Amino acid sequence: MDILPWLTEPLQYGFLTRALLVTLAAAVVSAVLSCWLILMGWSLMGDAVSHAVLPGVALAYIVGIPFSIGAFIFGAGAVALIGAVRATTKLKPDTVIGVVFTALFAAGLAIVSSTPAQVDLMHILFGNVLGVTSSELWQVLILGAVTLAVVLFKRRDLTLLAFDRTHAHVIGLNTRFLSALLLGLLALSVVVGLQAVGIILVVAMLITPGATAFLLTRSFDHMLVLAVGITVAAAVAGVYASYYLDISTGAAVVLSQSLVFTAVYLFARPNGLLWQQRRRRIRRRRTAAAPPPPTRAASSTTAAAPLGKS
Amino acid sequence: MSLPAPARDSAPAAALHVTDLTVTYNEVPALDAVDLTLDSGLICGLIGVNGSGKSTLFKTLMGLVEPQAGSIALFGMPHRQARRSGLVAYMPQAEDVDWNFPVSVNDVVAMGRYGHLGATRRLRQADHAAVGAALEKVGLESLRKRQIGELSGGQRKRAFIARSIAQEAQLLLLDEPFAGVDRSSEATMTVLLKELRDEGRSVLVSTHNLAGIPELCDTAVLLHQRVLAHGTPADVLTSENLARAFGTMGSDN
Repeated sequence: MDILPWLTEPLQYGFLTRALLVTLAAAVVSAVLSCWLILMGWSLMGDAVSHAVLPGVALAYIVGIPFSIGAFIFGAGAVALIGAVRATTKLKPDTVIGVVFTALFAAGLAIVSSTPAQVDLMHILFGNVLGVTSSELWQVLILGAVTLAVVLFKRRDLTLLAFDRTHAHVIGLNTRFLSALLLGLLALSVVVGLQAVGIILVVAMLITPGATAFLLTRSFDHMLVLAVGITVAAAVAGVYASYYLDISTGAAVVLSQSLVFTAVYLFARPNGLLWQQRRRRIRRRRTAAAPPPPTRAASSTTAAAPLGKS
Repeated sequence: MSLPAPARDSAPAAALHVTDLTVTYNEVPALDAVDLTLDSGLICGLIGVNGSGKSTLFKTLMGLVEPQAGSIALFGMPHRQARRSGLVAYMPQAEDVDWNFPVSVNDVVAMGRYGHLGATRRLRQADHAAVGAALEKVGLESLRKRQIGELSGGQRKRAFIARSIAQEAQLLLLDEPFAGVDRSSEATMTVLLKELRDEGRSVLVSTHNLAGIPELCDTAVLLHQRVLAHGTPADVLTSENLARAFGTMGSDN
């Protein structure tokens, strides 16, 4: 089989070209954002925001405004609501997140089910990237470009926020504003991603790329580049797989990302699972053959003993 | 009590001037009418058991906790203004840091410069020079490309001290800096902190480890919700004072 016609054949169809563009835009934006989200420990927040946009999307279709406006309002609203409930109760964060997003998701389901003719629930939940119109394509491209520009402009502050929030505060940065900014960007990237893979799977786009890249490097800049590279490749592979194997595009894209994660988890050097096991086997064989080597310098976790009360 | 005039250049204001500071959590007092003045250019040891209010005092000085009563002046300024001027640096406790975070030693020290930079925090040549000088001062220049978690316990502490040097901070708040640090690293840090003091910086070290205090500190403060004693280490670390501070164990913090 010739590779070139194999690659160009799907692109003869306008809807497939649009699908590829939307998926790529979503992949790049969410891959970049995922690097900060996983370091902040906000993966569950991504899940919450993506589910919470359902009523927004449904209402937008019913009212006839662009879906991204409705989705963003409800995404940002969910974040604000979670923040407000956390500030006024003693509940743990994951509890508050769980209560709020399931409530909003259920409200969305109720709205959709009461107007069955106008909104296709399956398309919202699982994405309908093959049915993207050119106006929806433009929404995704513009929102994606804005999100990316803001993230990259503030990237050093966001990294500082994730690494050492106290230091950021002590040198006079507005950590509340930076947190709110990152949450707003999270809501925007959910909006960008949900056309491509749907509400249920968009969180995968916001977690898996950063998680995969984190396993591969110990430098944040490399992590960004790797996350984007891996995700773009997985997005393209997913769209072609969906065309030739006739499977759901969103599922194919997310599965490609998960396959890369699995490969990295198992085979990456030096920290992949198989290399770890190999090292352990070699060490065991050595210790069986020879007397144990002296242990290395004292571990850094041992606490100095308090010498009070003398 | 009158506050010192906010003129840093003329008469040197006290590094820290706290009046009647009161903080309560859910009606449990953490700090009870604390009065404390620290002259600049000294190393002060803040001593107390867990739950004595050391962490609360630090958090209040940094503006992370709002006091119910009292006032704080750092170099004669409100803490907010002092922070914005980059005068205050904080060294976190080891367990509060994500050591797997993908930043290099150089990146961490460069974060000290952010308060001096424009909106994108892009380092200029002078900033790179300041980062390099700070790394050299703490003896980590050969390890600057390492990921922060690849350093030993003592080296990690020195990386954070380098960050406050790069920041050009005048008041260093060190929270339990000797926890998880071996003897020789503790000695290295003691020398380093004394050098910083001799350059005119003020250092407040919170610790429940009394062994290093006489060697390191010019003054000591014994805290147990209130200031029980304040003076030279020899005056403060008497068995009578220690019995008062450490005998009445506070609740866990």
